[in-house]
Amino acid sequence: MSLHEISLTVNGAVVTKQVEARTLLVHFIRENLELTGTHIGCDTTSCGACTVLLNGKPTKSCTVFAVQANQATLETVESVAEGGKLHPIQQGFWEKHGLQCGFCTPGMIMTTKSLLQKNPRPTEAEIREGISGNICRCTGYNKIVEAVQYAADKLGEAR
Amino acid sequence: MPQLNDRVETHSRVPDTANAETTDTVVIKTPEKVCGMGHRMKRKEDPRFIQGKGRFVDDIKLPGMLYMSIVRSPYAHAKILSIDTKAALAMPGVVAVITGQDLKAAGNLHYMPTLMSDTQPVLPIDKVLYYAQEVCAVIATERYIAADARELVVVDYEPLQAVVDPHQALKDEIIVRDDKEKKTNHVWHWSAGDKAATDAVFARAAHVVKEKIYLPRIHVCSIETCGMVANYDKVREHMQIYMTSQAPHAHRTVFALVSGIPEHKIQIISPDIGGGFGGKVPVYPGYVVCAVASLVTGKPVKWIEDRSENLQADSFARDYHITAELAADANGKLTGLRVKTISDCGVADAAANPSKFPAGLYSIATGSYPLEAADIVVDGVYTNKPPGGVAYRCSFRVTEAVHMIERMVDIMAHDLGRDPAEFRLANFIKADQFPYKSCTGWVYDSGNYEAALLKAMAMIDYAGLRKEQLEKRARGVLMGIGISSFTEVVGAGPAADFDILGIKMFDSAEIRIHPTGKAIARLGTKSQGQGHETTYAQIIAEELGLPAADIQVEEGDTDTAPYGLGTYASRSTPTSGAAAAMAARKIRAKAKKIAAYLLEVGEDDLEWNVDRFQVKGSPDQKKTIQEIAFAAYTNHPPDIQAGLEATDYYNPPNLTFPFGSYICVVDLDTGTGQIKVRRFVAVDDCGHIINPMIVEGQIEGGLTMGLAPALFEEIVYDENGQNLTGTMADYLVPTAVESPKWELGKTITPSPHHPFGAKGVGESPTVGAPPAIANAIVDAMWHLGVRHLDIPITPQKVWKALREHGVGN
Repeated sequence: MSLHEISLTVNGAVVTKQVEARTLLVHFIRENLELTGTHIGCDTTSCGACTVLLNGKPTKSCTVFAVQANQATLETVESVAEGGKLHPIQQGFWEKHGLQCGFCTPGMIMTTKSLLQKNPRPTEAEIREGISGNICRCTGYNKIVEAVQYAADKLGEAR
Repeated sequence: MPQLNDRVETHSRVPDTANAETTDTVVIKTPEKVCGMGHRMKRKEDPRFIQGKGRFVDDIKLPGMLYMSIVRSPYAHAKILSIDTKAALAMPGVVAVITGQDLKAAGNLHYMPTLMSDTQPVLPIDKVLYYAQEVCAVIATERYIAADARELVVVDYEPLQAVVDPHQALKDEIIVRDDKEKKTNHVWHWSAGDKAATDAVFARAAHVVKEKIYLPRIHVCSIETCGMVANYDKVREHMQIYMTSQAPHAHRTVFALVSGIPEHKIQIISPDIGGGFGGKVPVYPGYVVCAVASLVTGKPVKWIEDRSENLQADSFARDYHITAELAADANGKLTGLRVKTISDCGVADAAANPSKFPAGLYSIATGSYPLEAADIVVDGVYTNKPPGGVAYRCSFRVTEAVHMIERMVDIMAHDLGRDPAEFRLANFIKADQFPYKSCTGWVYDSGNYEAALLKAMAMIDYAGLRKEQLEKRARGVLMGIGISSFTEVVGAGPAADFDILGIKMFDSAEIRIHPTGKAIARLGTKSQGQGHETTYAQIIAEELGLPAADIQVEEGDTDTAPYGLGTYASRSTPTSGAAAAMAARKIRAKAKKIAAYLLEVGEDDLEWNVDRFQVKGSPDQKKTIQEIAFAAYTNHPPDIQAGLEATDYYNPPNLTFPFGSYICVVDLDTGTGQIKVRRFVAVDDCGHIINPMIVEGQIEGGLTMGLAPALFEEIVYDENGQNLTGTMADYLVPTAVESPKWELGKTITPSPHHPFGAKGVGESPTVGAPPAIANAIVDAMWHLGVRHLDIPITPQKVWKALREHGVGN
């Protein structure tokens, strides 16, 4: 299997690594970069547990090759808190009980980050639509919706 | 075959305590800084999860770790003619291939016992019995190499006819388990209640309704699949295992018994678990092979299922084919229930039930109604499917029982022309009848069914909805209102009756108070998202006045936690939660002696006040729990030992019986059959509440997991036993769009026998929601002549039913 050198910005730092052409981005993130906050739930782009931001766009990293991220900017859940301070989205999930087992949570948070960048004041229906690519088996979603609304309010106050 | 009878007198050991008053107010006795029971404390576990610092099994990476990939059967029933591993073994990076023959040679490890004392193949020698069955395992230095080499294993099969339908299987034309002495697919027969008394009730009944109800096979589909890292140290002869386990101690004992490794040389660590729902209670073949792979190679070995393996090979629930008859007298009073059920076990009875209960707690089937007699029969049957019988967020077959009785009561009400709410209110067990002994032998500890249903009706404006329904029906617009007034039975359980492989279903807590007044608590259960690190801390905070923030809660490491049976069947609060309170009370008793010594008074002169002992009538003379903790190590009375810690193994005197009433409103699109859940009100009663926020989260999550099998989820097999729903694109787990905005209400009727009156809550909504939804859909179409639809009720089923009954042709 051929090896390729890829170079990308991961959570603000430039990283250069050798990867096989077939290495999935999610395995690159979890095993080569040892950022295990990004999870694997379905392998088929269905559940969203592996969602990261690739060049700012929410991307299910289980069905992207690592080589496709060459020269890209990659953001994972580990980058969301800045300077040891929780991001309003993280605060929202904590305040509103937006998580239970925590396995889908990193993907939910990354999707929420993108959603609120595109639509800072989403309605409940827009939130539900916006997170519908991410499956949570524990919460029943009500409290995730509240968490996103909380984050939207906090981010709105800060603007 | 074993004849197992759920004897009427079996479950009757409970003090005769009348119902406490039902309220709707959460009791809070401690200040915010202590954060005892009733506080909406933010979860202590959340900071790590929201920052991507959870530690799940697949996050474990050990030096020199190998990866395992499993070769699976493409047939549901076939002879294995040969397994050729040469090409796989020749691939660089491949360390070993493990077959059934290897396991047999290693000490007959090719079969393993199930939790129900049946046997199940780990890896087969000569025959595969279900689609996706584990055939052999490739061990390699890298994940991708293991997967590549898996493709190089050549297995030559001779396909055999599979039997997929349990009714067909009962004809014994194809014997699924010809390795067994008895050549039959009939596994067991179980009954509860009294047949003769039930026959007599039916003979004099004025009304009888009968229906066939099928609850299909479904899958827990926790977002984390199953997995393991096994790490055998040949020098220390020690096996360390990281495992997606809801019951790590029980699994350690099973591993010790099966492998022969002494139990003190096995450590099982269940780290953060990404959802369990019962799917992580059984021991699956992959776990055993992974452990053997580490034994054989002397290296750590990781096995993580992919989603298709998970959806095709394990974690299956339900598969109950029910024929039910419900009887009523001339006044519409419900009198009797007769139920015959076929339980499709798959190729082994590997259900996660207490040993004496092959059909779980299915005899709760009389539900919330004071029936005179019931006759409940279940027959277990082998078919060429993977073993089923895990809970799917339910206490051992209670979902099946509740769905049946709530559908039947609804059918009876409609048949008699009675309003389903009024009919239930007229038939409920009354609040002054508790503790109530059911005709199948359960002693319901407490209940107030009328209060819960009346509250739900008020919240949703039931009368207004019925009016709206009539107006719309006149215009050909279909809406339905469905009720479910369920009784759960959880918290297994009293040791006399409940065990798993002989181990009694107590549970445990150990609390140590450090000199500076901080504490660590370890428990025998294992959270998979329920929030134990928070709620157990709140229980201890309530009892001892230590701030919950100062109490570290740990579970899941068998080397450190006291022995326990794990978390499933809503048993954590009823058992380990109780043990935590009891252990804390032992600590408080010792603290009192220390306080008396420090204050130079008699113990009788002291009274407890939130976080301190104070002299009666002189509250300024006091010692806080923190002062007492310090003294326990620095200045304790000479006649008692140093330290401040306690352990409790709690054996509950009875199960707990949470209940609730749910009302669902659906709108049906007569053109497409589309079902819109417009409103859903859920009134739950789980007794005293530890953390209202967490209880709400449990209920909302459970409701979505009740919506799922009602409308979407089904594991489908074709006639050859091929699983047609092996990805999440085919097996439809609800998203935020399908899941409605749940409306919650509560009543609080404390359990009289639980140390702080709690009952357990995580599964009530999964149990209660499906019949409310099904009843609503049928209610919308009853006037057309539709009597019943099996779940999942898809738009196709509604569309077809409408067409068959003259709508939209």
